[in-house]
Amino acid sequence: MESIVFYLFAAIAVIAALGVVVLRNPVYSALCLAVVFVSLAALYVLLSAPFIATAQVMIYAGAILILFVFVIMLLSPGSDPLKEELKRQRPLAILFGGALVALLVLVLATTALPSPRGPYTPERIAEIGSVQAVGASLFTDFLLPFEITSLLLLVAIVGVIVLAKKGR
Amino acid sequence: MLTVNHYILLSAILFSIGTVGVLVRRNPLIMFMSIELMLNAANLSFVGFSRYLQSIDGQVFVFLILAVAAAEVAVGLAIIVALFRTRQTVNVDEANALKG
Amino acid sequence: MRRDTLITEGCVSLDPFLVTLIEALVKTIVVILALLTAFAYLTLVERYVVAKIQSRIGPNRVGAIAGIAILQPIADAIKMIFKEDFWPAQADKVIYTIAPGLAVGTALLAWAVMPLHPPMDIFGYHVEFHIADVNIAVLYLLAVGSLGVYGIVLGGWGSNNKYSMLGALRSTAQMISYEVPLGLALVGVLMISGSLSLVEIVAKQSFIWNVVWQPLGFIIYFVAAVAEVNRLPFDLPEAETELVAGYQTEYSSLKFALFYMAEYINMLTVSAIAATMFLGGYQGPFGILPGVHWLILKIMFFIFLMMWMRGTLPRFRYDQLMRFGWQVLLPLALANIFITGVVILLVK
Repeated sequence: MESIVFYLFAAIAVIAALGVVVLRNPVYSALCLAVVFVSLAALYVLLSAPFIATAQVMIYAGAILILFVFVIMLLSPGSDPLKEELKRQRPLAILFGGALVALLVLVLATTALPSPRGPYTPERIAEIGSVQAVGASLFTDFLLPFEITSLLLLVAIVGVIVLAKKGR
Repeated sequence: MLTVNHYILLSAILFSIGTVGVLVRRNPLIMFMSIELMLNAANLSFVGFSRYLQSIDGQVFVFLILAVAAAEVAVGLAIIVALFRTRQTVNVDEANALKG
Repeated sequence: MRRDTLITEGCVSLDPFLVTLIEALVKTIVVILALLTAFAYLTLVERYVVAKIQSRIGPNRVGAIAGIAILQPIADAIKMIFKEDFWPAQADKVIYTIAPGLAVGTALLAWAVMPLHPPMDIFGYHVEFHIADVNIAVLYLLAVGSLGVYGIVLGGWGSNNKYSMLGALRSTAQMISYEVPLGLALVGVLMISGSLSLVEIVAKQSFIWNVVWQPLGFIIYFVAAVAEVNRLPFDLPEAETELVAGYQTEYSSLKFALFYMAEYINMLTVSAIAATMFLGGYQGPFGILPGVHWLILKIMFFIFLMMWMRGTLPRFRYDQLMRFGWQVLLPLALANIFITGVVILLVK
């Protein structure tokens, strides 16, 4: 049962990812990216990470992608020009992509997996709640990265406002 | 029986598709979307390992990556908008004023 | 567990997964049918409420019984279906078509986690009256709410019309701006309840409703919710005197009916969330006779409030609207969280 769900959403994710890269119209690419995000969220739920799944939908599909769609619609570029910079860039890129997958598979096949090291089995996460588990870790072990991230977000906000202002 | 290998393989495939997208497309917005695809592939790896190593660290990492990605997209899109507001074209190859 | 009961008692020998699936399907169909009927008669109720506020009578012809036109929604539906199905020139067909579907779909999704009635045992079979008990239900509601923007922005884009696009962009900006105080207002409730699961939040309000502990949060939530749904006084993006009809301009017939439906179902959804998180969902006051009837009463109260505001208040200008959301509601919501935190710390 788990396998069926995994293969279904994995197939959807891969097809939509290909759609992002291949489609000419940027709005269609953005919609395919939304499909990728939602199918990845489904996979996260399968991996006992429901909090990350909803955060993914909320932040990626619900905010970041809206930003993309806004910019696409405001810049209205139409279709992508087909000029290439290097000769035979496209076949070379696809070859490189295939080589990358092959490399990663090779690394995966020849490395031994580490052994489980923590207390958070899926049963334990279901028991105490995914949000509680992530929150407990975030506010004790990872407090410094958390605070730095909030600073980073502040810097991003200031930077965006400065960049987006017209003139001075 | 699902193992972590399945998820890592899927993550590798998505990452490669994203890489090809960055290399092939000339529209900066689609290149940016491919970069987000690569980021998501990495997130999938993190969550997969978090599940199979029974540690919550992976999920915390992903949470922080989500926040960083949001900030990065905001700033990146602001740069793209500022750049192409003056230039009126959306071909990345034509943004070469700093080329030596 | 109920599944084992069903099998060991020998009534039916079904795979437990199949039982859960059928149960979920039946509940989904019932909820969707109820929502569609509610939408149909909500349009009628709105016309009566607005008519009363404006000293008119409202519809009283079609299938009228004692002056109330019962069959009016059916007449409206037939009219809408038979209108010309219009395709704007050079509109993007795919996006033009899926936008209303997305709007309705995301509006309906939130009802998957609403607890409608306290759990009961019917014929020895334990029934829980919600389609899914997720323990991150509140986050799910916020996520689905943030997806609701897609229908609007794609509707504006697919119409290939500058006015639609402008209306859609304004509406989208308004919705994502008001999502922030909406979420923050709910954080106060989460701090009191200590859980993200709607079923638990409702169960914990069996004696005192959360509005007693979170009056400011309640007001902030309701105002932000009205802005989310694009209702007066926040309906500049789709007002008739502005930008024609905003993102809905180029839509007619069934697609427009879907957008219309999406708006009313959104109204029902935010009312249901307000009723569940602040007014105790299916709990009666002081726990008298809990049941779905209380939930319906509370939702109708909020809907009536929204219709009342529509008939009475002038609309905000766009910059006033955005300023209100960011410079008034957001600091208030943050102050609410701060005060709630301090009070909880002192009480414990």
